[in-house]
Amino acid sequence: MAPASPPVDGWVPSTLQRERDAFRAKATRRAVITAGLASLAVFALIALAVTSSPGWPAFRETFFNWDKALSSFPAVLRGLWMNIRVMLVSAVCIAIIGLTLAVLRTLRGAVFFPLRALATAYVDLFRGLPLLLLLLVLGLGMPALRLSGLPTSALFWGGVAITLSYSAYVAEVFRAGIESVHPSQWAAARSLGLTYRQTLRRVVLPQAIRSVVPALMNDVVSLQKDSGLVSMVGVTDAILAAQIETSSDYNFTPYVVAGVLFLILTIPMARFTDWLARRQGQRGALL
Amino acid sequence: MSDPVLRLENVRKSFGDNVVLRDVSLDVAAGECVVLIGASGSGKSTLLRCVNLLERVDDGVVRLDGEDITDPRVDADRVRARIGIVFQAYNLFPHLSVLDNVTLAPILVHKVAAEQARSEALAMLDRVGLAAKAAARPDSLSGGQQQRVAIARALVNRPRLMLLDEVTSALDPELVGEVLDLLRELKDDGLTMILNTHEMGFARQVADVVCFLDGGVILEQGRPEQVLGAPAHERTQRFLSRLTH
Repeated sequence: MAPASPPVDGWVPSTLQRERDAFRAKATRRAVITAGLASLAVFALIALAVTSSPGWPAFRETFFNWDKALSSFPAVLRGLWMNIRVMLVSAVCIAIIGLTLAVLRTLRGAVFFPLRALATAYVDLFRGLPLLLLLLVLGLGMPALRLSGLPTSALFWGGVAITLSYSAYVAEVFRAGIESVHPSQWAAARSLGLTYRQTLRRVVLPQAIRSVVPALMNDVVSLQKDSGLVSMVGVTDAILAAQIETSSDYNFTPYVVAGVLFLILTIPMARFTDWLARRQGQRGALL
Repeated sequence: MSDPVLRLENVRKSFGDNVVLRDVSLDVAAGECVVLIGASGSGKSTLLRCVNLLERVDDGVVRLDGEDITDPRVDADRVRARIGIVFQAYNLFPHLSVLDNVTLAPILVHKVAAEQARSEALAMLDRVGLAAKAAARPDSLSGGQQQRVAIARALVNRPRLMLLDEVTSALDPELVGEVLDLLRELKDDGLTMILNTHEMGFARQVADVVCFLDGGVILEQGRPEQVLGAPAHERTQRFLSRLTH
């Protein structure tokens, strides 16, 4: 393997070095081919085992019916659009609330005790309560209260429930990031005359957030899927749409359609997370 | 004369367009102490990192006891187990006690029984004057103490060759002495070592050979009184005169 561009000082690799490069290239090639063949063999075996099973024709008809997939696709896609909207709006609220909670929890000094205690109580409460419970209580209970000035839509309260629960988790991720920034960074910034707020904003948070991006992306992907829980309070998301499509003839293909659509959303997100992690010099899942 | 412990043959290492080592050849005999001097960025640290395979050379051969350790078929972990290295910033493991820092490699790499590793580590800590600190955490020690623990951590594996990378550069002046005294004793015990340093007085005392690195090659090499006292090369003279000002 010759270097892409000639070296600045006209160096020509020795015979020994060319031999080493050739050996390394060959070893890499061999590893890639071995891994490729092994994966191919495993997938072929699984495919063979599944398709040769006695129930396969009936199974294929029930889960992989092309006509049913096409006819259910628009409804499932409309449902998915609901998932995406819930996810995007909640994600923004979660990020803001989570970061605020994390900062409140890291405040030092007796003056801030009430704020700290409040933030801690919030996290304890909403992280401890099952999301489903929150959804049912808020999504079905709040509209029934008919409080003046507050929306009564189940969708709104479903989103609120997701936001309350997730922001408690995300707050702890942010807090871990803030506390991982070495105290010497605080000392350096404060001794330059930066205020507490400036230090947090300009020095600590940029480093803290960078180190927790992979963990946050985890929560984003998880949120994408949990956004479907709003269907518990009667909002039609992709899964509920698929369920409705299925109920007419008990053909389960719409569920497969919904599953594929979710993967199309989440897999790019996972690769993006890996890429971010690698760019920080950490190891992504692919390499 | 017996074979050298370490032999570098025409070693080259570059980072992108920056050629750090252009063509370096060097022999280190058993029990010899070789001191590398040169300006920042002259490749002293890179040379040590190439020797214990933390960096892969672009060309040339590094031989440890005659074996070509730059051969891609060689297991780098097995080679590194025979070489000790001490870093400028100590690089102790902050989550382990001093004793556990020292016993980690004997137990995991050299498969020494835990009890024996413990007693050998305590003996080695006693040797560097820190037996009383065995249970302490590294960050509760002074810089000089931490560096002595790092030396004990490398020595306890009985390395064939010891690499010391600017081991006193991060230390307060009054702590430099304790580390240099220890290195002087190790030299008297016959340990083979290569060290980078800016301490010319120390280099003069312990070095068998001083090498002046410049422009990616060893520009001048010889007895310390010769290289440091009467340098032949104009660039060596300029480097040394800058140090005394």
